[in-house]
Amino acid sequence: MPKPVIERVAKATPASFARRVRGFSDRTIAWIFVTPTIFLLLAINIFPLIWTIRLSFTNFRVNRINADVKFVGLRNYERILSDPDIWQTMQATAHFLFWTLFFQVLIGFALAWLINRKFRGNDLWTTLIVLPMMLSPAVVGNFWRFLYQPQIGLFNYVVGFFTGADPASFSMIGDVSLAPWAIVIVDTWMWTPFVMLICLAGLRSIPDYLYEAAAVDRASKWRQFWTITVPMILPFLMLAVLFRGIENFKMFDLVVQLTGGGPGSTTELTSINLKREAFEKWRTGYASAYAVILFVTVFGLASIYVKALNRVKER
Amino acid sequence: MKRFLVGLARLRRGPWEMVASVLIALGVVMLMQPFALWAFTWSFLVTLVGTVMFIIVSHFPE
Repeated sequence: MPKPVIERVAKATPASFARRVRGFSDRTIAWIFVTPTIFLLLAINIFPLIWTIRLSFTNFRVNRINADVKFVGLRNYERILSDPDIWQTMQATAHFLFWTLFFQVLIGFALAWLINRKFRGNDLWTTLIVLPMMLSPAVVGNFWRFLYQPQIGLFNYVVGFFTGADPASFSMIGDVSLAPWAIVIVDTWMWTPFVMLICLAGLRSIPDYLYEAAAVDRASKWRQFWTITVPMILPFLMLAVLFRGIENFKMFDLVVQLTGGGPGSTTELTSINLKREAFEKWRTGYASAYAVILFVTVFGLASIYVKALNRVKER
Repeated sequence: MKRFLVGLARLRRGPWEMVASVLIALGVVMLMQPFALWAFTWSFLVTLVGTVMFIIVSHFPE
């Protein structure tokens, strides 16, 4: 029978090296294991962040690598923060962020509430509901473009069937007033299952004896919902909102596939606009300042959110 | 209110974190509101001050 790997490695280790290693303290061994990860984090996360901050004060353009790089101070920040187009982009992002979170939490919680009731085919329904979030955003964006087609799209047909409107009379992704809702619908369809799963975990973690005790005290179902279910599930809901909020603030792939930021720039979210500045107009310094603004916003929001989450958990 | 002000004067974490959180929230609202361009212009400064303040005051005693 072959010897276990650990024994073979121990046997192959030179005696002088083994003696040296045996003398290491637990703390030293811990540092030996952690150091590569710290270096990797520094190289992949911290260094690019510091470099981006540095570039944000320059007029550097990555497509003119040999041109002189000038220090421009706060000019990039000034230009971004007084640009009405970027202001419009922020408003588009706010609309997308608010409504996707609203619908995903509402529908996700309702679905979790229903799935948590024990019924026949429970597991099958859970699997079916979770399917959309397993798909690639590129695939989802592409097939929803077909669903939104005014002539042959299933979405327009269903809306027409229920409202009596002519399916060809409106275009979800071609109309300035409908396009922002088109991306909200697709993101909600794709990511509600994620919120549902987190809510389901929260609902299943509530012990039954709490409801039994409330029933003995003749608390109504409505009262049980507000005094047991909601407070117990709140940390889970907040976690779901944090994850989805950060993800949707950075939303790129799905919207690019679906509308490409159009019509005009109605659905051009900040990350799409940032990518255009950085890799189509090649204004690297300007785009770096833009990225720093977005980073500080997300970081600030996440800080207060994590604080609130901890406070809810401590209760 | 008095407790809040005393906490601020004694550099306690709770009230200072509250001030920083309000600044961050105000900055984000200013960044994304559709009403005034001047609010958008100053939003980053407000958020940045709030975020840096939050990092610093998180180390204050309870």
